[in-house]
Amino acid sequence: MNSIELQNLEKSYGSVRALRGLSLKVPQGCLYGLLGPNGAGKTTILRIISTLLAPDSGSVHVAGKDALIDARAVRKLLGYVAQEVSIDKILTGRELMSLQGDLYHLSNEDRDCRIGELIERLDMNDWIDRRCGTYSGGMRRKLDLAAGLLHKPRLIVLDEPTVGLDIESRSAIWQLLLELRGQGTTVLLSSHYLEEIEALADEMAIIDNGDVIAQGIPHRLKEQLGGDRVTLRVREFSDENEASHVKKVLEGVQGVRQVVINRLQGFSLNCLIDKDEVIAQLRDQLLQEGFSVFSLSQSKPSLDDVYLQATGRTLQDAELAVAGIRDFKLEKKKSMR
Amino acid sequence: MTSPSVINSSFSSENSFFSELVQETFALTRRLFLQLLRRPSTLIAGILQPLIWLVLFGALFSNAPDSLIPGGISYGRFLGAGVIVFTAFSGALNAGLPVMFDREFGFLNRLLVAPLRSRSSIVLASVIYITSISLLQSVAIMMTASLLGYGWPGLTGLLLVLVTLLLLVFSVTALSLGLAFALPGHIELIAVIFVFNLPLLFASTALAPLSFMPGWLGWLAALNPLTFAIEPIRAAYEGNFDLGIILIYAPYGEVNGFECLGVLTFLAIGLFLLIRPLLNRKLA
Repeated sequence: MNSIELQNLEKSYGSVRALRGLSLKVPQGCLYGLLGPNGAGKTTILRIISTLLAPDSGSVHVAGKDALIDARAVRKLLGYVAQEVSIDKILTGRELMSLQGDLYHLSNEDRDCRIGELIERLDMNDWIDRRCGTYSGGMRRKLDLAAGLLHKPRLIVLDEPTVGLDIESRSAIWQLLLELRGQGTTVLLSSHYLEEIEALADEMAIIDNGDVIAQGIPHRLKEQLGGDRVTLRVREFSDENEASHVKKVLEGVQGVRQVVINRLQGFSLNCLIDKDEVIAQLRDQLLQEGFSVFSLSQSKPSLDDVYLQATGRTLQDAELAVAGIRDFKLEKKKSMR
Repeated sequence: MTSPSVINSSFSSENSFFSELVQETFALTRRLFLQLLRRPSTLIAGILQPLIWLVLFGALFSNAPDSLIPGGISYGRFLGAGVIVFTAFSGALNAGLPVMFDREFGFLNRLLVAPLRSRSSIVLASVIYITSISLLQSVAIMMTASLLGYGWPGLTGLLLVLVTLLLLVFSVTALSLGLAFALPGHIELIAVIFVFNLPLLFASTALAPLSFMPGWLGWLAALNPLTFAIEPIRAAYEGNFDLGIILIYAPYGEVNGFECLGVLTFLAIGLFLLIRPLLNRKLA
């Protein structure tokens, strides 16, 4: 059974089309990762699932309930941990959780007992009675997570839960998410960290430009990709012109399935090849065309390659591409009601 | 290490609509009061500012000719009603600020993903909070004014004063909450509050009677909702609890006490109806 079913979601902000007929299914009890660069539409998806946002069209089912009709039923079953941690600086962590408990209509005993349980589990005892304004990023995130888990949701949705955190806080959160999954909670998280998805996700979807462009089990996706990766440079730092020249040469070699230029690494070339023997042919062909080989390394496919294969660019490249054109004003406006 | 299970069976209790509505509204109101308790500066400033008005303006006009105020009462007594209303008005005008900050900092989203019985509890909590604060400030001013020798309306008078203030506070709170959802950020909200605040004070009968004003200002003051709150309170301070007597001799006609309160009631209901579609949309 699926915990989340999204069908043909469309959402536009003014002239910007954030989701383009996106469909997604998250099986119950699964730790599901949404991978994609900033601006791909991950946050919009999560906000729609958590009933903060209505799509322009399409259907949203969470735990068998139609989120567009019975939003309150969905809200009761779902915990949402937003990207921008929203805490009240004046309240203590315990007061914030207590408020949250009342918003979910827990009885006083249930609420206080559960708060104690979470304080213990997330190791928040030393600071939970201090005001939230004094917390570090890791503490805030833990509190936010605890607040999201307070009503024992069947499904927890986390928007980039470890962004900007130190390694220790990050691994504490990873561990908790794995534990939750182990207890049968469905966990849906978005991330633009490959290693996070690699370490956690049972299943994943790659989101790019408002649509799912690949989905499945991470190691299967890598296997499906098959072949070997070759990263190749004709000199230490090449330029675009030379790189595209070399790309043409490489594409002419039999057994080369795909060649992508990696701008971020001095215009190196990432090739997908069928078998080892192709490497020798690559070298020969390059020498014939008058290029030398500065470096050449071979590896098994990684998630980055899965991403590369699906989108034609590396995740890092995609991040950089949007870094310059992100409209923070619009993003703020989108998150405000 | 034994870790208590994070997920046991779900909480499944479902209580009555009313008890859950009370629970969420109480929790949201409690939060606002906790904030106030830990950051009391706005409350203190809200009481100090009108006191300064009272003392400074009272002193400024203490030698004003008797003909300024009809009925021959002292300027201090005249001013008292104006300052009380102004206190309640400024307090209520700020009602939207906490909501605006919640919008900006994403805290509102935390409330909106929760299965609230009614989103009205968010608005209701603000109204309860602001009403209590405004009335508290006003009563503090009234007591100080009485210590300064500007009179005390007595128990019946106090009731009339509170009812009048309540109507005004509801209207202005509705307006401010509406602005908090309509405007893009707190800078804009503060700018609007800034622009509204003092001109509404000066274009009312708080500081001077209608008879003292040039014609055009008299018109403005006679249309200003603050005037409709000030005059019944002023009358109460004079010991006139009869709402049937004429309180405002406006350029467009005479207005009695009932009509004053009627206008305020109409305004409060009208403004809440006016902002309802906006709130429904923003809190949908």
